[in-house]
Parts: sequence; C-alpha cells; structure tokens
Amino acid sequence: MSLKEELNAGRFVITAEICPPRGTDTAAFVEKARLLKGRIAAANVTDNQRAVMRLSSLACSVLLLREGIEPVFQMTCRDRNRIALQSDILGAWTLGIRNILALTGDHVSAGDHREAKAVFDLDSVQLVGLVSTLNSGRNLNNVELRGKTDFFLGAVVAPEADPWEPEEIKFEKKIAAGARFFQTQAIYDMERFKRFFDEAGNRGAKLIGGILLLKSAKMARYLNDNVPGVTVPQALIDELESTKDQLEAGINIASRQLRELKGYCHGAHIMAIGQEESVVRIIDGA
Amino acid sequence: MIISKKKDIKDILKALEGYKTVYLFGCNSCAQQCKTGGPDELKEMTEALEANGLKVLGSSLVPETCYRQYVLKEFRNVPAAKEADAVLVLACGAGVRTVADANAETQPVLPANDSIFLATVERQGRFYEGCALCGECVLIETGGICPHTECPKGLLNGPCGGVANGMCEVNIDNECAWVRIYRRLKKQGRLHLMMKITPPKDHSVAIRPRNVLQRTPTGSVPKDRKKTG
Repeated sequence: MSLKEELNAGRFVITAEICPPRGTDTAAFVEKARLLKGRIAAANVTDNQRAVMRLSSLACSVLLLREGIEPVFQMTCRDRNRIALQSDILGAWTLGIRNILALTGDHVSAGDHREAKAVFDLDSVQLVGLVSTLNSGRNLNNVELRGKTDFFLGAVVAPEADPWEPEEIKFEKKIAAGARFFQTQAIYDMERFKRFFDEAGNRGAKLIGGILLLKSAKMARYLNDNVPGVTVPQALIDELESTKDQLEAGINIASRQLRELKGYCHGAHIMAIGQEESVVRIIDGA
Repeated sequence: MIISKKKDIKDILKALEGYKTVYLFGCNSCAQQCKTGGPDELKEMTEALEANGLKVLGSSLVPETCYRQYVLKEFRNVPAAKEADAVLVLACGAGVRTVADANAETQPVLPANDSIFLATVERQGRFYEGCALCGECVLIETGGICPHTECPKGLLNGPCGGVANGMCEVNIDNECAWVRIYRRLKKQGRLHLMMKITPPKDHSVAIRPRNVLQRTPTGSVPKDRKKTG
C-alpha cells in the first residue's frame, strides 16, 4: 500500500528522513535507504536541507523508487521560482514520484552558499496551492495541462511554535490550500503535542509527529540554542547525560516517543540526521 | 530617505587609478544625513584623495543630486566640473546615475558610496528599512508592516517555521515581521485579513528599469523624456 492508502486506511505510518549526498557518489545513500526498506511507509528526501547544497531531492527520490522505497519528495521555496517549481513538480510525477512535502526552506544565510540569491518567489502556502492546481490539471496561470498530476500533498507544521496562533493560522491555510498530510517539526513536549493532535487531528489532514533522534546531550543543547521551534526539555537532557552511551539513550527516548505516538497519532516521522541505521533500532525498540 | 554607506577608500583609489584630476559631487539631502556626502565628507574625501596624489579641482554640494536640473547647472557654471579627468559622486546610486547622464559621456563618473535601502528615519543616525519599492503595496492588508521588506524570505501568508520566541531566525535580534503583523492586526480587529490566502505576487508590475512620465499641466512632454512608462 502507498503512504496515502495506508493513512487513509487509518493505519499508523512511519516515515523517515534521508539526506542526499554532497556529490554524485550515491552508494552510501542507497545503502542507508536499503536498511529502511520494508520498515517504513515512505522516506522523505530533503531538499538542500539547512540551505546546504546537496544532490537534488528529485534525483534522490528517483533513486529510492528504483530501490522499491516510496519517496516523499521535499520541495522548498528557496531555490526555484514558480516556473522551475512547476516544471520540477511535473517532472517528478512523470518519473513516478507520488508524494510531495512543501516547505518554505531555510534561508540561504543559514547554509554553505551565503552569497546566493534567496528566491522565495512563492511561500509554502502558495506552493501547496500550486501543487493542488497542477493536480487539478491546470498551471498557475489557469492554462490546461496536457496531462495532470495527482500528488499526495503534504506540508509542515511546528506544534511547539511560539507564539502559536500565527503558526496555527498558517496551518489552517495549508489545509485550505490542499495539504492532506502534515509532518511536524521535532516534538519533545509530548503532552502539548497530544493537545495539538486532539484539536487538529480531525481538520481533514493526517498528522505525522516528528521525532528527532537526540544523539547526545550536546546535540540537545545545540538544538535548544540554535534550532528555532525546537525545545528539548531539561529532563531529557539529564536523561542523556546520566548514561554512558548517550546515543543508546537517545534511541531509547525516540522509541518511547514512537510508542506514545502509536497510541493515538496518524503516524511518526523519524529524523536521524546521518544515523539512518538507528531508525531501525528506534522502530524495533518501540 | 535613501541610505548609503561609504565605500572603502582603497576601492575608490583603485577606481581612480590612471586619473590625475577629480571633481566631487556631494548631496545635501539623504547622503548629508547619512554622513556619506555632506560638506564634512566632501572635505574629508578631498583630503584623502590629495594625500594619495590626486588633484581635486573642486566640489559641488547640490541640494539633491538626483535632480538633473541641479546637476546640469553645476556643469554649466563650474568649468572645473567639466575639466576634471573623472567625477566622484558622494551620493546614492540615483545621484551617481543623474551625474553620469548629465555630463559629457567621455568623462567617467564613479560612486563613492554603496546605496543600501529606502529608510524610515527613526531618529538622527538610526534608520530602518520598511519599504522595498516592490511596485504593489500590500500594507493595506498587513497592518502597515511590509512582509516583502521586513521578512527576509518575503513570505506573504504568515511566519515560517523559523520563529523562536517570536524572533526571526535570519536576523535573530529582530522580531518576526509576521508575528508583528499578527499582533497589530489583532489589535485592530482585522485578524481575518491574515486568515485569507494571499496569492503569489505579480512581479510583472516591477520589471526594471521603471520610469514614470507625468504630463505637465499644459499637456506637453519634456523634450528629452518622450518615453512612456
């Protein structure tokens, strides 16, 4: 079953994130993907994550398809104008990609090509709307396409955003623009997430909770200091610090979160930057 | 007001390499307030150039260097302006452009400043950018705060995921433009404006270069500007 079919059938889905390589050597990427095959419903391929240049998410999504793994093609608004976005979305469809996750994208100033022009011709709400338009058989200027798309369309929400109300308004707009599933920013305040799910889980889109593997207490502190919208509670940092093998403790925390989400949520999205082999252990431990 | 900042004197000297005489233009408007092209800066530039072996034949501090008529008057009345090997303009880019179109085309015109943005003057010496001259004002729907200008990503439908405690992820000392828009619209009882989906911006309204031609009251058109736009 596809990601869409699983979610629509009410099954709990697990997705995981894979980051494309910096270059054309795809052996390690494919190797990591193979570890996840059969263990997850779909794999997200990041689009020049943190504005750091990597192999294209479109190309890597196709590599996953060849391995028999369903990709979620991540698209940001940072690097392409509306012409390039539409062109790549149509291209993705013809190559067999069926899921798109639309994101704003980190600003170029966060990445490794700080001198680049940040495009942002569209924002994430407009990108969701654009894919919906292509799904309806028309382009952004309402001209009929010769062959349309039918993407399962996702977007992102940050349930721990502060302040919440502007984020909530944007969340609503993404649903109105056609988003049918959401993968969330990393969540650590599980009670707050439960409240969010209870309120937002029946608004017409499936919610997939984000689990970010904490590799160490140092990483947790780094997240708190540097990554907006992510707050690791002190209790978890203490838990990591009190053990000899912090990665092991982090995997246990992630498994615990996954177990909890299985109790009520539509799915979980595991982000284990550079630690894809740990994803399997997180799933096994849950 | 147009904000400018001084170029490095080394870059200016490099651009003037091979020339012996220079004429300076300042601007007694924006650049004077930015301390990049007023009387003090003309004096300072004269000294710096002469200390590096260049001869400064003179300088003009015009009321506004972006006014062609003011600049033309200087070239008509001040022989040194025409005689110099090169002209250095201590104004914004519009000032440089105006001088470069007003003199003889054989005489090079060079900028002494970098032009940065269109500013609100909060107080003397404190400027911030609130308008990007995008060509189609959205302030009507955003509580007077410009998302094109004040959000580094120019987002039109609300904040990105980078908001942390209401602050911007790109300029971490700035409050998120969309959080401010949200708060102001809420105070004004107009939060419904934020809830509607704003379509992609029409960039065709701002294809460069832009120009405006206002007809004179008698209906005649300035002879040298018979161009519609």
